Amino acid sequence: MKILILAEHDGLQLSSSVHQAVTAAQFWNSPIHVLVAGHSADAVVQQAASIHGVERVVHANAAHLAHPLAEDIANLVASISEGYDVILAAHSSFSKNALPRLSALLDVAMISDVLEIKADNTYVRSTYAGNVLTTIQSTDAVQLLTVHGSNFTAASLGGNAEITSTETPAAFKKASWKSEVRSQSDRPPLGSAKIVVSGGRSLGSAEKFEQVLSPLAYKLGAALGATRAAVDAGYAPNDIQVGQTGVVVAPELYIAVGVSGAIQHTYGMRDSKIVVAINQDPDAPIFQVADYGLVADLFDVIPELTAAIQ
Amino acid sequence: MKILVAVKRVVDYNIKVRIKPDGSDVDIEGVKMGINPFDENALEEALRLKEKGVATEVVAVSLGTSANQDVLRHSLAMGADRAILIEASADLQPLAVAKLLKSIVTREQPNLIILGKQAIDDDAGQTGQMLAALLDYPQGTFASTLQIEGEEVTVTREVDGGTETLALALPAVITADLRLNEPRFVKLPNLMMARKKPIETINAAELGVNLDARLKLIQVSEPAVRKAGIKVNSVEELLNKLRSHEGILV
Ligand SMILES: Cc1cc2nc3c(=O)[nH]c(=O)nc-3n(C[C@H](O)[C@H](O)[C@H](O)COP(=O)(O)OP(=O)(O)OC[C@H]3O[C@@H](n4cnc5c(N)ncnc54)[C@H](O)[C@@H]3O)c2cc1C
Ligand SMILES: Cc1cc2nc3c(=O)[nH]c(=O)nc-3n(C[C@H](O)[C@H](O)[C@H](O)COP(=O)(O)OP(=O)(O)OC[C@H]3O[C@@H](n4cnc5c(N)ncnc54)[C@H](O)[C@@H]3O)c2cc1C
Repeated sequence: MKILILAEHDGLQLSSSVHQAVTAAQFWNSPIHVLVAGHSADAVVQQAASIHGVERVVHANAAHLAHPLAEDIANLVASISEGYDVILAAHSSFSKNALPRLSALLDVAMISDVLEIKADNTYVRSTYAGNVLTTIQSTDAVQLLTVHGSNFTAASLGGNAEITSTETPAAFKKASWKSEVRSQSDRPPLGSAKIVVSGGRSLGSAEKFEQVLSPLAYKLGAALGATRAAVDAGYAPNDIQVGQTGVVVAPELYIAVGVSGAIQHTYGMRDSKIVVAINQDPDAPIFQVADYGLVADLFDVIPELTAAIQ
Repeated sequence: MKILVAVKRVVDYNIKVRIKPDGSDVDIEGVKMGINPFDENALEEALRLKEKGVATEVVAVSLGTSANQDVLRHSLAMGADRAILIEASADLQPLAVAKLLKSIVTREQPNLIILGKQAIDDDAGQTGQMLAALLDYPQGTFASTLQIEGEEVTVTREVDGGTETLALALPAVITADLRLNEPRFVKLPNLMMARKKPIETINAAELGVNLDARLKLIQVSEPAVRKAGIKVNSVEELLNKLRSHEGILV
């Protein structure tokens, strides 16, 4: 039995979620291989090889993998899938795009965003906007899944895996990568930040969102998050939306500022260790999931809070 | 140009579903159902392309029992030209849905297929990508804008850390994000008119697709609920509370 992990990276840096995927893969007690697909991503290959518990890093190097398309990733994994009994990746927009495509190529059902591995073919995942935990069993010979990174501890460094290279199938011709816009931010990434400060529609404008929340986030070394209403209104960029259709976070401290607490939002933050809610409506549903609630006008108390923190 | 839109019938997003006492499944008896919100965005985009003169026909397709006629009527009332119901038992899994959709694509030959990026009940987010693979079509998932020029569609996708733009040769598969557009409201007269329009029904069994379930539902349960904590009266009290937790605030 062998396990293949599809690694996510940006060409220079391996995503920290790969470490979490390695821990998840250890459930099967079998050799773990990591596939790094990219162009001149040798640094990433080295990083993957140094994860404790990885036996082999399979390196696919091709120019068209510099900005990999789901089509090319799916074709590549399919081409080397022979002999692997488990194929997995950490859940992200990268794996969500590519692995269902692979699932159809292999004719194997896929289980998305696994929270817990119960047995070697049985998993717990969340459905209905996080209101229901579903335990499912895959009857397919090959297990194909994405795992919810923050539910698994990160595997440590100190490994020394063998590195092999593999042929890459020809580029998929019917799609091409044009451009990307990366949100510029000197704040920690939302998915792995220890503290998250989230704002809602009540901030009122992009300028106020920035003016009111940024100083607090800066002092706390926190990432900024937002509700869908705030993102839709253009107050915050799409990639910081927390919730069912955005990012799911589980920081040590989550501060919800002027957020009503719709289930689609709380789905994305309710595994946070400590939740603070600031809302002027004492009946706002967010208080039902908050450890500490402060009924107040955010425009008064956020500056006060910011000033009070060293 | 013809556009095919897949619409799924799901529990209304405002409803908190209950679990059957024996934990065997969710209990959706008598619960309010409706069109999957993302599929409304998918349909809205198709209709706008038609209104712009880019598309000539919009066909809505739904898979499930005869109860799914309501989401197809809703689609017709929004402006879809035709509706197709593929009748099958309720618990189709994404691979089976994708295979059934493929047989409709083969028959209808649309130039563009738009699905929702995820269904809000099962939250799998797989069907569009699977369909694209089965057809060997390019895919543009989590789309927040799309633009068609000649035989090409340019798609901006919402990804972790920002957005990405791809160009896809038609025919292609798109999955819609909520920010793709703001779906129109259905007017009552349109709904009345949609009642009279025919819905073509095809029995899934006739399409020669293996619908066997690959995933077995073992049990459902409720996640641990967070308990409401306390209300504090001031910023100072809040900070004192937070500082009492080790390492959180200095
Ligand atoms: C299919 C679907 C998916 C969705 N996915 C997501 C998702 O991923 N993430 C998400 O966040 N939402 C999502 N939503 C939207 C969700 O249902 C809510 O509409 C949204 O979270 C509300 O955002 P909000 O709290 O900013 O706005 P509102 O609900 O308008 O709440 C604003 C809050 O601010 C408070 N307030 C106003 N002024 C002040 C002030 N001066 N000081 C203090 N408090 C103030 C108000 O009391 C109120 O509670 C989704 C919806 C659907 C249908
Ligand atoms: C173990 C298990 C048990 C299940 N039990 C039940 C059950 O008891 N009752 C039940 O009703 N379902 C059941 N299902 C089915 C499940 O709720 C989903 O319908 C199925 O897995 C498809 O996934 P999804 O809708 O989340 O797909 P996604 O991939 O999230 O859907 C994306 C898009 O695909 C399209 N699409 C998906 N399904 C359809 C459809 N039927 N018609 C038209 N377009 C569609 C839509 O455009 C949608 O936006 C079960 C599934 C599993 C895995």
